[in-house]
Amino acid sequence: MNGSLAMVPQATDYLRVLPEIVLSIFGMAIMFADPLLKERPPRTLGTLALLGSLLALAATWVQAQYPGFAFWNMVRVDAFSVFFHFLIVAVTAVVILTSFEYMEVEGIRAGEYYGLILLGAVGMSLMSSAVELVLIFLALEISSIATYILAGFRRRAAISSEASLKYFLLGSFATAFFLYGVALMFGATGSTSIQVIGAALSSFEVPALAYAGIALMFVGLAFKVAAAPFHIWTPDVYEGAPAPVVGFMSTAPKAAVFAVLLRLMFEAHAPGRIGLIWVVAALSMTLGNLGALVQNNVKRLLAYSSIAHAGYLLVAFAAVPDSGIPAAMFYAASYAAMNVGAFAVVSHFSNAGERYVKIEDYSGLSSSSPLLAAILTVFLLSLIGIPITGGFIAKFYVFSAALQSNLVGLVILGVLNSAVAAYYYLRVIVVMYMREPRGEVPVSAVPAGMGAAMAVSLAATIYLGVLPGRVLDYAGRAVAEWLH
Amino acid sequence: MVPITTLHYLVVAAALFVLGVIGVLTRRNVIIVLMSIELILNAVNLNLVAFSRLWGLHGQVFAIFVITDAAAEAAVGLGILIAFFRNKETVNVDEVDLLKW
Amino acid sequence: MPQNYIPIFLFIAVVGFLIPVTLVAAKLVRPENPHRTKLMPYECGIDPVGSSRGRYTIRFYIVAILFVVFDVETIFLFPWAVKFKALGVFGLVEMLIFLTILIVGYIWIWKKGALDWV
Repeated sequence: MNGSLAMVPQATDYLRVLPEIVLSIFGMAIMFADPLLKERPPRTLGTLALLGSLLALAATWVQAQYPGFAFWNMVRVDAFSVFFHFLIVAVTAVVILTSFEYMEVEGIRAGEYYGLILLGAVGMSLMSSAVELVLIFLALEISSIATYILAGFRRRAAISSEASLKYFLLGSFATAFFLYGVALMFGATGSTSIQVIGAALSSFEVPALAYAGIALMFVGLAFKVAAAPFHIWTPDVYEGAPAPVVGFMSTAPKAAVFAVLLRLMFEAHAPGRIGLIWVVAALSMTLGNLGALVQNNVKRLLAYSSIAHAGYLLVAFAAVPDSGIPAAMFYAASYAAMNVGAFAVVSHFSNAGERYVKIEDYSGLSSSSPLLAAILTVFLLSLIGIPITGGFIAKFYVFSAALQSNLVGLVILGVLNSAVAAYYYLRVIVVMYMREPRGEVPVSAVPAGMGAAMAVSLAATIYLGVLPGRVLDYAGRAVAEWLH
Repeated sequence: MVPITTLHYLVVAAALFVLGVIGVLTRRNVIIVLMSIELILNAVNLNLVAFSRLWGLHGQVFAIFVITDAAAEAAVGLGILIAFFRNKETVNVDEVDLLKW
Repeated sequence: MPQNYIPIFLFIAVVGFLIPVTLVAAKLVRPENPHRTKLMPYECGIDPVGSSRGRYTIRFYIVAILFVVFDVETIFLFPWAVKFKALGVFGLVEMLIFLTILIVGYIWIWKKGALDWV
């Protein structure tokens, strides 16, 4: 015991968590500066946060130069973790851009907002490189606690604090399940390292405790990604939380939790994987799409659509690792691009107090602001899965990975669901293009920050749809490096 | 008298876990729901410490992290509850009803 | 192993004996001049009025929450203290970083005015 205590981390250990260090420093600096700089130009802290996330992006590149294990095998930097780091930090930067306008319109001057976004991003990026259940748990909590608070940031709106309370209660309930699963897993295998657990579960007969452990951990994580039947909180929370925050929490933490699930399912050789995933994926796709059909609120519609998309993504988890994992990675990236973009438009359009979030409010948007209508249309088409958008390629690879693994039933269900989904996304597009504009809905000019955010998400969505080769290659190499 | 084995601890922990889950699902007062969640976390701690007898100190260290996390979570939860209370003047779950599915 | 419990039973017996004895002894020895003011819950300060289940001002909760957070964080100091020598300079530096983060939080709370009473 004393021998290992005397060990001191090397400089490379710190380089392997450099993005997290950069984000933490900026997050804390913003928290610290907020009460001290009472008189400051309006966007000081937001700009600082943007700078922090861009530096973290650079730090991710530095981190990628030092692949390997760090901090006594708790952190693993490989192409897989770098992929998710890049995704999460990029989403963070885009969300900060979308928040400038929102904060001003809503009259929220609190700097903690940006601090919490950066600190939440610390947890999320740590989740994608953690290979130790204790560290995964801590990272999960860092990201969850930050998002609980962010969901309630429109403090004077009862609907927002209600969303925050609901999210908190169900989220911490889910965390408790996850933890109980971790404790049982520790009991079954004597370790909390995913690698050691994987070795233990593949070498001898799987103890009953390990089944219970995996099931409970899966329930906890499924709550966090809003997979059915653990999705009931999603529509309420997405409706009540501030629109840019929804754009954030429907993409970055989900990508991070999917990264954890991928490590857990494939590296720890989770027993009973295919059956479990089959049921949850089928339920998520079906319940998500059916729920979305009857919604009138765009935020709720996108909430149900995010449940359905979690289902499509989970289909890849049932496939064989060599084609399933890259498909899941690609899906996470393209879903992040299109969903952050869609929420950027929704947040710009909703106006002060989030007054315009009904589908009817979008009537005739094509004549009052053709550009905004066109941008939203691209994101919606990508969410349907129409060719030349990222959503199409993502669905294509997930379903073909599933077909390679003989999951014909699941693929048929998925394709049927995509057809159902087309109906409610198209309904929004039809309202925008075919209806007369309603005079009372003002459409203001898009400010620079918001415009940049939309442009980045639009470019990413189309890039992933037209030239998916590089990203897919990268994902394939990442999996080869990780598993072989 | 029967010596106390790891199994005994596991049974107590499982009982606490079930009590916590029932509490979360059936109680109306948010504070009691929060306490039920803490009960589940304590069941986890008991499990971890019990398994430490089999596998070494690892589990006890984990339990310390769980304790601090529970405190942080409770603090955030009560903070959110205060914000909610200022808007709605209630702490009952069935009056959390602005958002409906 | 029932014999392991003998010290505990002894302890219970001693406690069960000692508490009544000390209470009775105190009753016999002390001077006794009861007075209405002395018998009130607070000898000085405001009169306690109303139900004990009434509402408290929300500030108590905020102070209590802050106490819980900072109180529990000290748990990490104990393992460090036990292994202080073995952890050496590295442990000291890590602990300083940890405490710096806590102090940043503390200053934030202070400057935000959460500790101001009224």
